[in-house]
Amino acid sequence: MNTVPNSFRTQPDERGHFGQFGGRYVAETLMPLVLDLEREYRKAQADPAFQAEFDDLLEHYVGRPSPLYFAPRLTEELGGAQVWFKRDELNHTGAHKINNCIGQILLAIRMGKTRIIAETGAGQHGVATATVCARFGLPCVIYMGAEDVKRQSPNVFRMKLLGAEVVPVTSGGATLKDAMNEGLRDWVANVHDTFYIIGTAAGPHPYPEMVRNFQSVIGKEARAQMLARTGRLPDLLVAAIGGGSNALGLFHPFLDDATVKMLGVEAAGHGLDGDEHAASLLGGSPGVLHGNRTYLLQDADGQITEGHSISAGLDYPGIGPEHAWLKESGRVDYTAVTDEEALEGFQLLCATEGIIPALEPSHAIAAVKKVAPTMPKDSIILANLCGRGDKDIFTVAERLGVEL
Amino acid sequence: MTRLTTTFAAPRPALVCFITAGDGDTAANLDALVEAGADVIELGMPFTDPMADGPAIQSANLRSLGAGTTTADVLRYATDFRARHPHVPLVLMGYANPMVRRGPEWFADAAAQAGVDGVICVDIPPEEDDALGPALRAKGIAPIRLATPTTDAARLPQVLEGSEGFLYYVSVAGITGKQQAQIASIEANVARIKQSTNIPVAVGFGVRTPEQAAEIAKVADGVVVGSALVELCGQYGAEAPQHLKTLTKGLAEAVHSAR
Repeated sequence: MNTVPNSFRTQPDERGHFGQFGGRYVAETLMPLVLDLEREYRKAQADPAFQAEFDDLLEHYVGRPSPLYFAPRLTEELGGAQVWFKRDELNHTGAHKINNCIGQILLAIRMGKTRIIAETGAGQHGVATATVCARFGLPCVIYMGAEDVKRQSPNVFRMKLLGAEVVPVTSGGATLKDAMNEGLRDWVANVHDTFYIIGTAAGPHPYPEMVRNFQSVIGKEARAQMLARTGRLPDLLVAAIGGGSNALGLFHPFLDDATVKMLGVEAAGHGLDGDEHAASLLGGSPGVLHGNRTYLLQDADGQITEGHSISAGLDYPGIGPEHAWLKESGRVDYTAVTDEEALEGFQLLCATEGIIPALEPSHAIAAVKKVAPTMPKDSIILANLCGRGDKDIFTVAERLGVEL
Repeated sequence: MTRLTTTFAAPRPALVCFITAGDGDTAANLDALVEAGADVIELGMPFTDPMADGPAIQSANLRSLGAGTTTADVLRYATDFRARHPHVPLVLMGYANPMVRRGPEWFADAAAQAGVDGVICVDIPPEEDDALGPALRAKGIAPIRLATPTTDAARLPQVLEGSEGFLYYVSVAGITGKQQAQIASIEANVARIKQSTNIPVAVGFGVRTPEQAAEIAKVADGVVVGSALVELCGQYGAEAPQHLKTLTKGLAEAVHSAR
C-alpha cells in the first residue's frame, strides 16, 4: 500500500478500477450500455473534432478560461500563505458542473441518444444539464429528492425555465442518493434512447474517469495560469468534496508534481463525532453503491445512511472512487469542516474579497482559513471556487437568523 | 445433485416465488408459499437503495428495514426455513453492499451454514465476479446470474460462464413491477439462451397472473413471481399468508400443468 507508483495520473485500469475502488457494479441490463459508452468515449477522446467542439463551447458558451485570482485582503487577514482562487464560479450557470455537462451532451449526441436524464442534489448539476439540453434541443428529465426540491426552489424554477421536467423523488430519504436511484431506474427502462449525464466523478466506469477528464480543464488552466503569473507551482491545492468532481478537476493535472500538496475538504455537518455529517472518507468505510466500490456512509450491515450537510451539494453518502484511491495511496490529504465553519468561511470571503461563494467552496475556504496561517508568507495556496452563492442566500439567511 | 438441480430436473416447469425478508411474518409467509406449491424460494435481502426495483419491492425493502431487519435476521429466517423444509431450494436475492459488507467469505460461509442454495446479486455483473463469485463457489453456493433483453449474443457466453443453479432471464429492460414483455420476445430469447447452455432458464419481471405464468412456463424451465406477492405482504401484513396461498396456488397449478 505504501509503494509510490510511477505516476498518479494513469488510473483507472482497463476494468475501471482505481486500486480496489471503482469498477462497474450495475445490473445486467445496464452492463452492455456501460460498455458501449466506454467504447464511444474512447473514440471521442481520439477524435480531434470532438475535443475542438468541446474547447470551443467552453470558451464561447461557458466563458473559459476562468480567471486565476490572487486574494490580497483574505491573504492579509489570514497572515500566512498567499491565497489564490480558481474562479470557476464565474462560469455560465455559476458552477463547475457545466464543464462536464458540455462534454457528456456532446458524447450523447455523438451516440445518437435523443433523451437526457440526470440526478441533482443542490440543483447545480440539474441546472447545468437543463442548460446544455436547451442549448442542443434535447428533452431533459431531472430527478431531484423531494426534500431538495423544497430546499432549493430557485434552482427548480431555473430548470423549468430551461425546459426540463423536474421529477421530485419521494423514495428513501428523498435526497441526492434517492434521486440517483431513480435516475438509474429510468435509464434501465429506457436504455435504447436515453443518455444519463451523471454529475460527479462517481458511478460505473467510465463515468468517474470521464467526468474527471472533462473537469480537468480546471487544473490544466490553473497550472498554466499559475506558472505564467508567478513562475512557479502552488504549494497546496484545496477543494471541497461531495462526490468530488471539482476537486479531481483541479488536482488531477498536478498529481505528478511532487512538490504540490493537496487537501480535499469533506462536509463534517454537525461534527464527525455524531451521525450528522457527509464525510464518506473520514467517517465512512468501503462498500458498493451506485455502480462503484468506494467509501460510503453505512451501518454494520451495509445499509446506506443519510448524509447531512448545510450544503445540499455535499450531502451524498458516497464519494468518487478516485478519491478513495488517492486517500489510500496517501497522495492527497483529506479533512472535514463543519456547517458552522463553512458559514464562517462564506462570510469571510464576502467581507474580504467581495465574492459571495456557494456553500460547497465555503468548506474549502474554511479549510484555507485554518491552514494558511500555519504556512510561510512566500508560499502559495490555490483553492477552487467551484460555485457562486446566489442559490444559497436563503439557507444562509435562515442560519444567521435573518428574515428575507 | 443439489436441491436446485433436483428441482429443475423434474419434468414440469418450476414456480419460483420471491418475497422480501422481514416484511411481515416471514416464516408464515414462506410456509404459505411452499404449501401452495412454490418450487423455489427467493428470499430478498432488504437494502436501503434497491435501484433495480420498482415501487412494490422498494416499499417492501423500506417496511422491512423500518421494522429493524438485520442481516443476522435474514440468515436466521433462512436457517429456520431450511429446518422446516429440508428439500425446497432457497435462494437469497439482493444487492452487493449488504452481501460484501463483512467480506465475501463471511457472507458465503454464513449463507452456506443457513442452508442457502444460491445467491442472486443484482449489481454484480460477470465483470465484477471476483467481488463475490469465488467465495460462493468455494462454499457450494450457486451464483445465479441474470440475462436481459440487452444481453446480446456477443455477451451471453460471458454471462453463462460461471453461472450456476439456473439463469434468471429478466424479460423486460426495466425495473421489477408491472411492465410486461411480449410472450414472443420471451420465447425467442429463452430459445436463444438455451442454445448456449444446459442450465435451466427461469423467466421473471412483470409476471402477475396464472395466465401469464402458464404462457411463460410453456417456453421456460421456471417462472419467477415477485412484485405481485410482495404487494400482498404490504397490503395484508399479518394476514398476508392466506392471500399468498391463494395466489401461489393458482400460479403453481398454471405453471405445473403448462406443458
